[in-house]
Amino acid sequence: MNEMTKIAVQTTLKDWETDQEVRWCPGCGDYAILKAVQRTLPEIGADPSNTVFVSGIGCSSRFPYYVESYGFHTIHGRAPAFATGIKLANPDLDVWLVTGDGDGMSIGGNHTMHILRRNVNVQILLFNNEIYGLTKGQFSPTSREGTNSPTSPLGSVDRPALPCAFALGSGARFIARAYDVSKNLPGVLKAAHAHKGAAFVEIFQNCIVYNKDRFDDFVAKGVADQNQLWLTDGEPMLFGSEKSGGVKGIALDMETLSLKVVDVLDGDWQAAGVIVHNVKNRALAHMLVEMPFGPFPMALGVIYDDARPSYEEVLLGQDEQARKGKDANLAKLLGKGQTWTVSGTAADPV
Amino acid sequence: MATLVDGPDALTGGKETQAPEAVVVRFAGDSGDGMQLTGGQFTLSTALAGNDLATFPDFPAEIRAPQGTLFGVSAFQINFGSTEIDTAGDQPDVLVAMNPAALKTNVGALKAGGLIIADTGEFNKRNLEKAKYEVNPLEDGSLEKWQLLAFDISALTLEAVKPFGLGNKEALRCKNMWTLGLALWMFDRDRQPLIDWLNAKFAKNPVLAEANVAALNAGHAYGETAELSGPLKQYHIAPVESEAGLYRTVTGAEAISLGLVAGAQLADLHMFFGGYPITPASAILHNLARLKEYGVTTFQAEDEIAAIASAIGASYAGQLGVTSSSGPGIALKGEAMGLAIMTELPLVIVNSQRGGPSTGLPTKTEQSDLYQAVYGRNGDAPMPVIASRSPSDCFEVAIEACRIAVEYMTPVMLLTDGYIANAAEPWKVPDPESFKPFPVTFLEEKNGPNGELLPFARDEKGARPWIKPGTAGLMHRIGGIEKNPGTGNIDYSPASHQIMTDARKAKVEGVANSIPLQEVNHGEASGKLVVVGWGSTYGPIYQAVRRARRKGLDVSHVHVRHIWPMPSNLGDLLKSYDKVLVPEMNTGQFKTVLRDQFLIDAQPLNKTSGQPFTIAEIEAAIEAALA
Repeated sequence: MNEMTKIAVQTTLKDWETDQEVRWCPGCGDYAILKAVQRTLPEIGADPSNTVFVSGIGCSSRFPYYVESYGFHTIHGRAPAFATGIKLANPDLDVWLVTGDGDGMSIGGNHTMHILRRNVNVQILLFNNEIYGLTKGQFSPTSREGTNSPTSPLGSVDRPALPCAFALGSGARFIARAYDVSKNLPGVLKAAHAHKGAAFVEIFQNCIVYNKDRFDDFVAKGVADQNQLWLTDGEPMLFGSEKSGGVKGIALDMETLSLKVVDVLDGDWQAAGVIVHNVKNRALAHMLVEMPFGPFPMALGVIYDDARPSYEEVLLGQDEQARKGKDANLAKLLGKGQTWTVSGTAADPV
Repeated sequence: MATLVDGPDALTGGKETQAPEAVVVRFAGDSGDGMQLTGGQFTLSTALAGNDLATFPDFPAEIRAPQGTLFGVSAFQINFGSTEIDTAGDQPDVLVAMNPAALKTNVGALKAGGLIIADTGEFNKRNLEKAKYEVNPLEDGSLEKWQLLAFDISALTLEAVKPFGLGNKEALRCKNMWTLGLALWMFDRDRQPLIDWLNAKFAKNPVLAEANVAALNAGHAYGETAELSGPLKQYHIAPVESEAGLYRTVTGAEAISLGLVAGAQLADLHMFFGGYPITPASAILHNLARLKEYGVTTFQAEDEIAAIASAIGASYAGQLGVTSSSGPGIALKGEAMGLAIMTELPLVIVNSQRGGPSTGLPTKTEQSDLYQAVYGRNGDAPMPVIASRSPSDCFEVAIEACRIAVEYMTPVMLLTDGYIANAAEPWKVPDPESFKPFPVTFLEEKNGPNGELLPFARDEKGARPWIKPGTAGLMHRIGGIEKNPGTGNIDYSPASHQIMTDARKAKVEGVANSIPLQEVNHGEASGKLVVVGWGSTYGPIYQAVRRARRKGLDVSHVHVRHIWPMPSNLGDLLKSYDKVLVPEMNTGQFKTVLRDQFLIDAQPLNKTSGQPFTIAEIEAAIEAALA
């Protein structure tokens, strides 16, 4: 979030809607994310005049057209670089970057890495639908192995990338995960906005046309309870319920230094060795972003949050220091170095 | 023009020798021998002596190529004189060869009767083998068409720096200062500025400073002694008559950096420079990184695309975005240029051209990106292109690029090349007050007739308003998709694309209304032959036309700065000559554009060797065209 945004502005969800017709497919998960963002913005006191949505190319990247703020729909994969230029030119702007699994992890993977390692103070929302939607259904860098698509009729053989693990490996200081229709999404967005520096949020998003219900194994009613691990700082990592077959927790296997699922009996999570989540524990974050779904639940919520000074603060601060006490006289600059004057034909060194 | 070896009194030709008008000296050695530094310091000394000059640094792409090899030779040529100098000189009068490889790769260029100064200490078996000499050329008579002054510079340097107790390797590194000392003596130069420079450079290591000064003095003293006994003579080249004022030397890369700073100030904007290291463009990023106090932010991006994208982002946010690269990097930036054209944001793109395609010749010059600059994007993507003709010209051209970018809300490409970027020449320091400011106004209120916001409404120039995010109430969305002519909302209806394509084209064509009419740089406004050039061919074309006219030939010189759009009178001007000759360091790109635009029979003169044209090459083409 932006500490320069001093005055909280009173807005409602309606104030963040544009007059533009939304052109996503009916039933697309993007609608739910748009609503969640438009619901969050008034709650954080955001000012439409001071807010910029920047995107690349893809279904998700149409997002800026539907938010009543400043918006820049750029080119495929490069939104992080545009956002970096915007923040360096005006660090007071509150910048949100909207990207997808193709835009942010494939063509723009390089830029995603660098905005994260530099720690530019923006919120990065990566809509992960595990497919190329706007180009009609080819497999993406996050598609699961064996995905049938027009370009992989025999099933894709590429191993999928893990966006949160990639982000952490790139040096991100804030990593969170949620999904489109989750009631917790606004809370995750708020946390991302409150983080000073690059905040990376992976949002699982249902592509109704080309990858329908891909996330049902942990999103669908009936399985959500035992397959979603919602992380809260300072709280034990518990999931499931008596109704869904018992309360379970995540514990550390001391022998193998890896995570394991344990049963929690009678609510005594301590006895079961369940770990208490600590958003500042980077080693734990590494294990959570790598935690395989299936044997484990899907880790959701704020996985890691440990702020460091932002890129623009450090870089522009350095520039400011360099300017101190310096005379910015252009005439003097032009005549710098070893010069000589000519009067007639005689030259005299100055 | 009388030169050192032109007349009967060549360098060794007797006591009657008069001071020549101009001299060309080439220093050549191993890329680790410090030839560029030697050349740079000799240039400074030449400038301080009041001579006009032009230089040509020519070095390999490898940083430290294996010692003694032919491909590891680094050379620096300087042409200086008491008259106007526009090129680095066709043929050297003096060649300083620090090893056999340097001799072998450079002696062919030396004027007949010219002087070779060679370090015999380096002409050992090993180095002769590396240079693929079977016999020592200093001893087999193969150099007899030139004057040879061969002596053991290595040993003399070691002797001179002996008192300072340096290791053998460090001591030998003072060879270039010894050589420079000799060169300073030859041309009757003051040593003090060099001594001051060495003391400043090695302030933290006074022993090294003293050793280098000792080597410099020893080389100088050697000249005095050698004059008495051998072929070496001392020359005094009189200062050139030039306009009174304050002067300095400047390279193209320096002048572009300063011009961009000045341009941003004239636009009343903070400058954002996004760059990615690439030869020969990096020097601009290096220069600007040290100029923070002038309202400059520099950003070393992760790649060429991010460099331009960040610059466009900064322009969007209200600063003057600038990016710079060379051919391969410019190719990567192409898509983002299209976005800047589509969103109509100001941007300056500096292209320091080098030999291509692909990686091509990283350290050698070429003008082969003209098509890329004018046409090299997807879609109908018109963009103004301007080109600088010399190192000092880069200053004005950079200011002009900034002006067009902000006045017309468009990206502008500035073409320079490896030759201009690295070469130095004297520059009369301009008064920043003499340039007309072009301050930018940002839109602060809704501009539509019914109180609505129209981000793509156009002014009389066809430019849209510049709206900074953060301005209260002016929220709007822009992007690369075709848009409504007024609101800028997504609109790819047939009518909208037609209107917007036409508007973008008309806007860029309209830039011609804000630029000066094309002048004839030398000669008449009509006649038998015009030589049309652009960019760094200015010097050799100008001199060739001058020489041809002295012989009575009807030839004129027109040099074009504004490549796209071109000055509105250019077509008529060129049609007033019988013949049009276009020398270019490419296979004929500007020639083709001229043919296309004006239906004229422009004839090409092409060179793609990585070396600038010589005056003689162009002069010969002029004579052939008029024969």
